[in-house]
Amino acid sequence: MSEEVKAPKKEKIPRQKMPEQDPQVRRHNFNEVPLGYTPELAMKEAERCIQCKDPRCVQGCPVEIDIPGFIKFIKEGDFEAAIRRLWEKNSLPAVCGRVCPQEIQCEGLCILGKKDEPVAIGNLERFAADYQRLHGRDILPPKAEPTGKKVAVVGSGPAGLTVAGDLILKGHEVTIFEALHAPGGVLIYGIPEFRLPKEIVAHECRYLERLGVKIEVNAVIGRSETVDELLERFDAVFLGVGAGLPLFLNIPGEHYIGVYSANEYLTRSNLMRAYDFPNYDTPLVRGKKVATFGGGNVAMDAARTALRMGAEHSYIIYRRSHAEMPARAAEIHHAEEEGVEFLFLTNPVRFLGNEDGYLTGVECIRMELGEPDASGRRRPVPIPGSEFILEIDTAVIAIGSGANPLLTKSTPGLALNKWGYIIADPKTGKTMKPRVWAGGDIVTGAATVILAMGAGRLASNSIHDFLTYGW
Amino acid sequence: MFEIVEREEMAQGTIISNWVRAPKIAQKAKPGQFVILRANEKGERIPLTMADTDPERGLINIIYAVVGKSTALFKTLQVGDSYLDVIGPLGQPTHLENVGKVVCVGGGTGIAVLHPITRGLKQLGNHVIAIIGARTKDLLILEDKMRAASHELHICTDDGSYGHKGFVTEMLKKVLDENKDIGLAVCIGPVPMMKASCQITKEYGVKTLVSLNPIMLDGTGMCGCCRVQVGGKMQFACVDGPEFDGHAVDFDELTLRLRSYLPEEKLAYDRFKASLGQGCSCKS
Repeated sequence: MSEEVKAPKKEKIPRQKMPEQDPQVRRHNFNEVPLGYTPELAMKEAERCIQCKDPRCVQGCPVEIDIPGFIKFIKEGDFEAAIRRLWEKNSLPAVCGRVCPQEIQCEGLCILGKKDEPVAIGNLERFAADYQRLHGRDILPPKAEPTGKKVAVVGSGPAGLTVAGDLILKGHEVTIFEALHAPGGVLIYGIPEFRLPKEIVAHECRYLERLGVKIEVNAVIGRSETVDELLERFDAVFLGVGAGLPLFLNIPGEHYIGVYSANEYLTRSNLMRAYDFPNYDTPLVRGKKVATFGGGNVAMDAARTALRMGAEHSYIIYRRSHAEMPARAAEIHHAEEEGVEFLFLTNPVRFLGNEDGYLTGVECIRMELGEPDASGRRRPVPIPGSEFILEIDTAVIAIGSGANPLLTKSTPGLALNKWGYIIADPKTGKTMKPRVWAGGDIVTGAATVILAMGAGRLASNSIHDFLTYGW
Repeated sequence: MFEIVEREEMAQGTIISNWVRAPKIAQKAKPGQFVILRANEKGERIPLTMADTDPERGLINIIYAVVGKSTALFKTLQVGDSYLDVIGPLGQPTHLENVGKVVCVGGGTGIAVLHPITRGLKQLGNHVIAIIGARTKDLLILEDKMRAASHELHICTDDGSYGHKGFVTEMLKKVLDENKDIGLAVCIGPVPMMKASCQITKEYGVKTLVSLNPIMLDGTGMCGCCRVQVGGKMQFACVDGPEFDGHAVDFDELTLRLRSYLPEEKLAYDRFKASLGQGCSCKS
């Protein structure tokens, strides 16, 4: 027996994978794709965190969560302490754990990532929030004494919910005004059930209501009430209404039946639950050959929704190449796994339809990458004579959003930039209109959930200062 | 919740009028604006232009034709029942002004939308000639209200059972021939009626307003479902309309897009009728 007897070396734990639904199964259902960590998996993953003294991950987090802090509690099995630590900085951990681009934020800076894979911070955040929701005691974070100050939050998306969650804890009265019939904004109408279950959004909103936030749905500020009217009743107003204006391709044939903006396609499917038609009343064309135009997260959501609605072919048509797609790597990967077919360096020229007005196809042209443009990405240029026709019965246009003018037009005193977005101080969210703050997509143009939350955080700090000190 | 406080069946039960408690909307609404209603959690969002408001009592009036599952579901709501959601006022109000002499043309439930506009034009001092029509006498609505809101009222029925026998467009032509000083036409009704009316008023060079009813979803300009071509430009009826210059509207495209969900609408309606125990309405 010559087995060496070494001092027991601590075994290196690999990054714990989150169990997922099999691609071939999930492409036919709307259930969530990743299934979540078990407590055992979460504690094992939490053990990988080396508890840096000067944690870089926190620097990468737009809302500055104490990441090593909450992970330490998970490692110790004290899940309630973990959620309390998360709530200090984030009212929506179950959402962020699912939809944040961690790979370019916290996890992108994790020191372990230099030689190995980074700690699965997003998965752990999600675990802590889910565990609290499903098994936790009925607890709430502590609230400051009432200040008597009133804040109106317009829009219940990630920016608005963050502002509401922050300011209610600081003792202010908060009322959220939401134009649709359910709160959550893009979390409820935009992001599909299989990526962010609506029950989780509803739970996060109920959590805010339990903290004392009032949520008024069906309130279209700009029509049912103006911002100036809100300023008569409230000490401060935060505008987080989102971008909310669909962009079309401006090519012939966009009127054909079966051509959708991504906003419409996803709103029908998500908010109105058209995937459950006729159990739910709102219909959606169930295309067999669906083409989604664009390369962002919204395009991935639409293309994956199309599969679940019964598409035999779900194409993504993108004018640049794989490397330039703005979608998260994980979303692209999920789409590929499920069988979404990608046509890169391809641009639509016109839609084709039949006599009854139904979409039958799209004429496309091949592109090649030329010189870099203003965004630093190589500009796609058409290759003459390379036109071809792709047979499709549904088209989803997911090339981004513009600034919806409904609120801004009805609000004198707001300064807008040339694209119609609200001009606000990037450090405070202050607009040019006294007592009015803004943040999220209506300031930056379409971006991510967490960036909107980060803007909400900055604005809520500034609003709190204003309500407390008068500046 | 938005309670129904008055309910009336019109046109042999094919058209329903509801007065709904919605004080905030009643306070704000102007002629030409619409609301979106949802009956219950599984329901569609249905846009309806308000037929009237009563700000003092906090009520709005909607008048709709029963044409599919959602409106059939609305019809089941009685006094004391509530809509789950009513959102509004949405859309641009009608731009009302005194132009001297106007003609207001309405067909079907379009008359309900036309009425507050007609009344407003009369209040501003216009001489108002109104033309309203229906397939047959029993389907005609709001005759008395339209008579009160106008100086002259012409009635047309397709079958001649009441008033002039024929389409409102024939009467419109006659009125335009006899009144060369008409400065504005307002035409609201089924798409073919609006299209035909606009062809006539265009010949006479009379500016014409129409109110469009494309399929809608959010009603705030977010989804683009209600896009219409007006003067070659894409407009959203929910925020840019619902009223447009009738001479610039592409009615053929609107007609086509209104057919987007015909198979789904039939399926849903048949299922609903079966669930009410009425069976399928198709011939046995």
